[in-house]
Amino acid sequence: MKHEDFKDNGYIEDLVAQLNGSGVNVVVGKADQLMNWSRSNSLWPFCFGTSCCAIEFMCLGAARYDMARFGAEVARNSPRQADYIMCQGTITYRMAPVLKRLYEQMAEPKYVIACGACTVSGGPFKNSYCVVKGIDEIIPVDVYLPGCPPRPEAMFYALMQLQRKIKVTKFFGGANRKEKLTYSPQGAKAE
Amino acid sequence: MADLQEQISKACPDVQIDNSGQWPLLTVANATWHETATKLKEQLNFDQLMALVGVDWGDAIGVIYYFTNTQTGDIIHVKVVADDRDKPYIHTVSDLWAVANYQEREAYDFYGIIFVNHPDMRRFFLRNDWVGHPLRKDYDANPELNPIRLDDETNEDYTCRYVEKDGKVVKIDGKVFEDDEYVINVGPQHPSTHGVMRYRVSLDGEIVKKVDVVSGYIHRGIEKLCESLTYPQTLLYTERMDYMAAHINRHCLCLCIEKALGIEVPHRAELIRLMMDELMRLSSHLLSYGCLTMDQGATTAFFYGFRDRELIYDIFDRTCGARMSMSYSTIGGVVADVHPDFITDVRHACDVIEKNMKEYHQLFTGNVIARNRMIGVGLLSKEDAINYAITGPSGRASGCHCDVRKTHPYSLYDEFDFEEVTRTEGDSMARYMVRMDEMVQSIKILRQACDKLEQEGAQGEYIAKVPKMIKLPAGHWYQQVEASRGAFGVYIESDGDSKPFQKPMRMHFQSPCFNLIGVVDLTCRDNMIADLITITASIDFVIPDIDR
Amino acid sequence: MFDFSTVTMWLDEFLRGLMPSWLAITTECILVAVLLLAAYSVLAMIYIMYERWVCGWIQCRRGPIRVGPAGSLQIFADVLKILSKEIITLWSTDKFLFFLAPFLVVLASVLTFACLPWGKGLQFIDFNIGVFFIIAVSSIGVLGILLAGWSSNSKYTLIGAMRSGAQMISYELSVGISILTIVCLAGTMSITGIVEAQADGWFLFKGHLPAVIAFIIYIIAANAENNRGPFDLPEAEHELTAGYHTEYSGIHYGLFYLAEYLNLFVVSGIASLLFLGGWMPLHISGLDGFNAVMDYIPSTLWFLGKAFFMTFIFMWIRWSFPRVRIDQMLALEWRYLMPIGLANLVVMAIVVTQGWHF
Repeated sequence: MKHEDFKDNGYIEDLVAQLNGSGVNVVVGKADQLMNWSRSNSLWPFCFGTSCCAIEFMCLGAARYDMARFGAEVARNSPRQADYIMCQGTITYRMAPVLKRLYEQMAEPKYVIACGACTVSGGPFKNSYCVVKGIDEIIPVDVYLPGCPPRPEAMFYALMQLQRKIKVTKFFGGANRKEKLTYSPQGAKAE
Repeated sequence: MADLQEQISKACPDVQIDNSGQWPLLTVANATWHETATKLKEQLNFDQLMALVGVDWGDAIGVIYYFTNTQTGDIIHVKVVADDRDKPYIHTVSDLWAVANYQEREAYDFYGIIFVNHPDMRRFFLRNDWVGHPLRKDYDANPELNPIRLDDETNEDYTCRYVEKDGKVVKIDGKVFEDDEYVINVGPQHPSTHGVMRYRVSLDGEIVKKVDVVSGYIHRGIEKLCESLTYPQTLLYTERMDYMAAHINRHCLCLCIEKALGIEVPHRAELIRLMMDELMRLSSHLLSYGCLTMDQGATTAFFYGFRDRELIYDIFDRTCGARMSMSYSTIGGVVADVHPDFITDVRHACDVIEKNMKEYHQLFTGNVIARNRMIGVGLLSKEDAINYAITGPSGRASGCHCDVRKTHPYSLYDEFDFEEVTRTEGDSMARYMVRMDEMVQSIKILRQACDKLEQEGAQGEYIAKVPKMIKLPAGHWYQQVEASRGAFGVYIESDGDSKPFQKPMRMHFQSPCFNLIGVVDLTCRDNMIADLITITASIDFVIPDIDR
Repeated sequence: MFDFSTVTMWLDEFLRGLMPSWLAITTECILVAVLLLAAYSVLAMIYIMYERWVCGWIQCRRGPIRVGPAGSLQIFADVLKILSKEIITLWSTDKFLFFLAPFLVVLASVLTFACLPWGKGLQFIDFNIGVFFIIAVSSIGVLGILLAGWSSNSKYTLIGAMRSGAQMISYELSVGISILTIVCLAGTMSITGIVEAQADGWFLFKGHLPAVIAFIIYIIAANAENNRGPFDLPEAEHELTAGYHTEYSGIHYGLFYLAEYLNLFVVSGIASLLFLGGWMPLHISGLDGFNAVMDYIPSTLWFLGKAFFMTFIFMWIRWSFPRVRIDQMLALEWRYLMPIGLANLVVMAIVVTQGWHF
C-alpha cells in the first residue's frame, strides 16, 4: 500500500470539517481530544472468531505482528470489558442472535470491525440459505475490512482506521454516533 | 475382490452387488437394511462407517454408506433408498456404528430422512424452527420462510425419537437434561471451543455428567452451494472448511475430480502438491500445539508455536500469493510453478522447526503440571475409536492404524519413506505426542521431497492438459486423503448432464472433525470441567470443518 | 543511612506548633491517606506496564511501544478509557453486594499495602503485631471475590467464586505457616523488628535450610493466594471466560484489575520483607567497606528493587507454567505444602532454640 493511499481518508476528513464547522469550546475541545486519545490508544478487542479470519487474528497477536505495540493485546473474553468487536468469520442465521446479544452486552463506547469478506457481504457464501449477508444487517459497523482472510497488515490498517475514527468523535457535548436498539437493514447500511 | 464378493453374497443372499466401480456397491432394500447391516458388521467385520451420504436423486431419496474393514482395508458402499420420497424412513444403524448418531442427524437435517429407532432425532445444523430441509431438490428457498431470526431458540431440552409400532412409525418425545440438573453453556462464544461450538454441560460440582453438543453456529451450507457451481468453482470451498488443512482438502477434491475424468497428473505437480500438504500439516500441528498449551494456561508456548508457523506462511505467501486460503491446487495440477527459492525456504523451515521442537518439549511436554493434566485424561479405547470412526492423530493415539497415506496410498506417498506414528495409551498426552511426532515425520517427508524436486530441475510441467469444460460422466466417486486431523473424504455424484457448465448433483465432504465431536461426550464424562478443555483441545477440531 | 523518621517527626512537631494536637493528628491522617492512595495507584500503573513488558519479553514480542515514548503513556490511555467506560448494571441481582465487591477487594489490598516497610522509618502503619495484621486483613479479599461471583447471578462467575474461595482459604494456611516460621526466627511480629533483625544478613541466608523451604512454600502459596498463574483458576480465561469478574465492566472491572496488580506488589513486598531483609541493604559480616558502600544506596530503593525482583520471579512463573486443575491444586496444598510447612516450622523452632542459625 502506498503512503498516500494510507493517509487518504476523505470520509474522516469530512467528519472533522463537519465537527469543526459548528465551532468547539476550547476547554471542551481539549478534553474531547484527551478522551479520544485515550480511547483510541486503548482498544481492547473482544475475542470473537468464527472461522478462518480468527487464525489470522491469532497471528496478529503473535510474535511477528504483535498487536501489543498498539496496546491492543488485552483481548477480553467477556464482552463487558471489551472495547471493540472484530467480527472474524461468517455469521450464520444460527449465530446472528448470539452476535447481536454479545454486541448489546458490551459497555459503551463500543466499536465494530467487520473483518473478512463474509462479514462485509457474505463473501463466498453469499448465496447460501443460512448465511447473513453482511453483519451490518444485525449490528452497526464502524470499519469494513475486506479480504478472505485479510492479511495481518490489513487488520492493522483497519485498527488504525478505527483509531482515526475514534479521534473525531465527541465525548463532551453531544455525540455524532447515534444508535438505537433496533436496526433496520437500510438504516444500518446508511450509517 | 472376487473373494469379498463371494463372502458378501454368502452372508446376505438377497443383496444386489455391482462390481463396476472401484469398490463393490451393495443395493439393499429398506426393509431388510438393519438385518443386513448387522451381518456386515458381525460376520464380515466391516467395523468402521467411513461416510454416510444422504442423496436426493430427484425421484427418490436415500443414503449411501461407505464401510471399511480396518483389518484388511476393504471398502464397500451400500445404497439404501427410502420407500416414500415425501416421508422417508430408514432404519438407523447408530446402534451398530456409534458414529452414525450424528451423521444420521445431519442427513435428517438436510433431507428430512427419519431414522427409525435413532435415540435423538433432532436437527443438527439448523435452528429448531427452520422450515424445510435445504438439500432436498424441492426445497423452497423463499427467504420469507426462513428470515434472520434474532430471538433465542426454544425447546432445546426436548428431543424425540421415532419407533416402529404395529407397522407404523410413531414419535416419542424425550428430554435431553432433567429439570434439576445444573447445566452450563460452554459456547458458542467461548475462548477455548476453538470457534463457535457449543456444549451444554451438565455439572455435579466440577464433575461433568453429560455433554450435549449443539453444532451449526458456522453452518454455511457449502454442500448446497456446490450444487449450484461448476466443478472448478467448487474448489474454493474446500479451503474454507478446515482452513488448517486447506491444501489437503483441495488436493482431495482435485484427486476425486481427476479420478472421475481419468486425468493423469504430471509427477512434478503431484510432488508439489504433496509438499504443500506436508507443510500444511506442519502448520496445523504447530497451531494445535499452540492452542492446546494456551487452553491449559501456558500462554508463552502458544507464541513459540506461532512464531514458527510464520515461516511456513512465508513459503505459501511466496509461491501461492496468500498466507491462508491459497487456491493453489487445481484440476490437473497446480496453478503455477513454485517460487525459485521454494526448496531453500522449505529446507530452512524444516531445520528451524526441528531445532525448536526441543524448545517446545522443554517448555511444555516435560512440565509436571502439563503431564498431570494430560496423562490418563480423556481415555479413548481402540474399539471406541473404530466405532466412532476416529481417524487422524486422535485415532492413532488410541492405537488404530488409520493413516490413509499408508492404508490407501494416494498421490506419491508410496514413494516416500516415513513411519505411521501410533501410540496405545489413548489419553490426551498420547494425542498430543502423536502430533509432535508427526511433525518430525512431516519434516522427514519434506526433506525427501526437496531432493526429488531438485532432481526434477528448476522448472517443469506442472499442469496436465485439462478440457476447458469439465464434464463428469454419470456416476459417483469417493476419494479419501489424510488431512491434518484425520481422513477427509469427498463424495461426488454426477448425473452426466450435457449442458455446457455441468454442476455436481451431489457433493458431500466427509470431514474428520465431524467424527471427532462424536467422542466429546464419551471422553469427558466423569472428568472435571477443566479436563473438558484439555480433552477438546487434544482432540483438536476445527469448527467450520464440522459444520461446513 | 538516612532515617526517614526525622522527616515525619519534624512534620509532626511543625503541625503541633501550628494547631491543636487533635487537628494536627487529623491533618496527618489525611496526608497519610492521600499519600497512601497516590502511591497505591501509581504503583499499580507501573506494575501493569511492568507485566506487559516482561510478558512481551518472555514471549519474543515487543509489548506496548507506540503510545508515548517507548509506550510509556499506554497505561494513562488505559486508565482514562476505563474510567469513561459505561458501568453496566444487571437485572435481578443484589445491586448492593454487586457494587460492594470490587471495593472490598481493593480495601483488602490497600490495608495490606499500608503495612509495607518502604524505607528506614518510612511506614504507614507500624505496630507490634504488624505481620499478624497483614495476615488478617489480606483475607478480606476473598470475601470480595466470593461476593462478586455470587452477586453477578451467572453460572460462570459462581464457579469462579467458589474455586477462589476454596483456593484462597487453603493457601492462606501455607502463607501463614511460612510467615510464622520467619516470625519464629526473628522473635518478633513487629515489621520494623523483623527488618532490623536482618541487619547482619537476610533471613534467607541466615536461617539455614528451614528458611529456604519457607521461602519456596511462600512463593508457591503467595502465587495461589494472589490468583495468578499457574493458580489462576478463579478467572481461568479458557474455562470460565473471565471467572468471577465476567459481569463487571468499566471502573468496577478496573478496580479488580488494579487490586490484582497491587496484590502482586504486596506479596512481593512481604517476601522481600520476610526473606530478603525489607529495606535493609545487603550486609555481609566482616566486610565493613562493602557494607558502608551498600548503605549509601537509599533504603527505599533497596525495598523497591527487591520487590520488583520478586515480582519478576512471579511473572516468570506465570508466563511459563500451564494452569493446574482444581483437585490437583487442593491436593498440592493439603497433601504437600501444609505438612511440609508444619514440619518446617518445628525444625525452625529447634534451630532457633539450639542457636544453630548464623
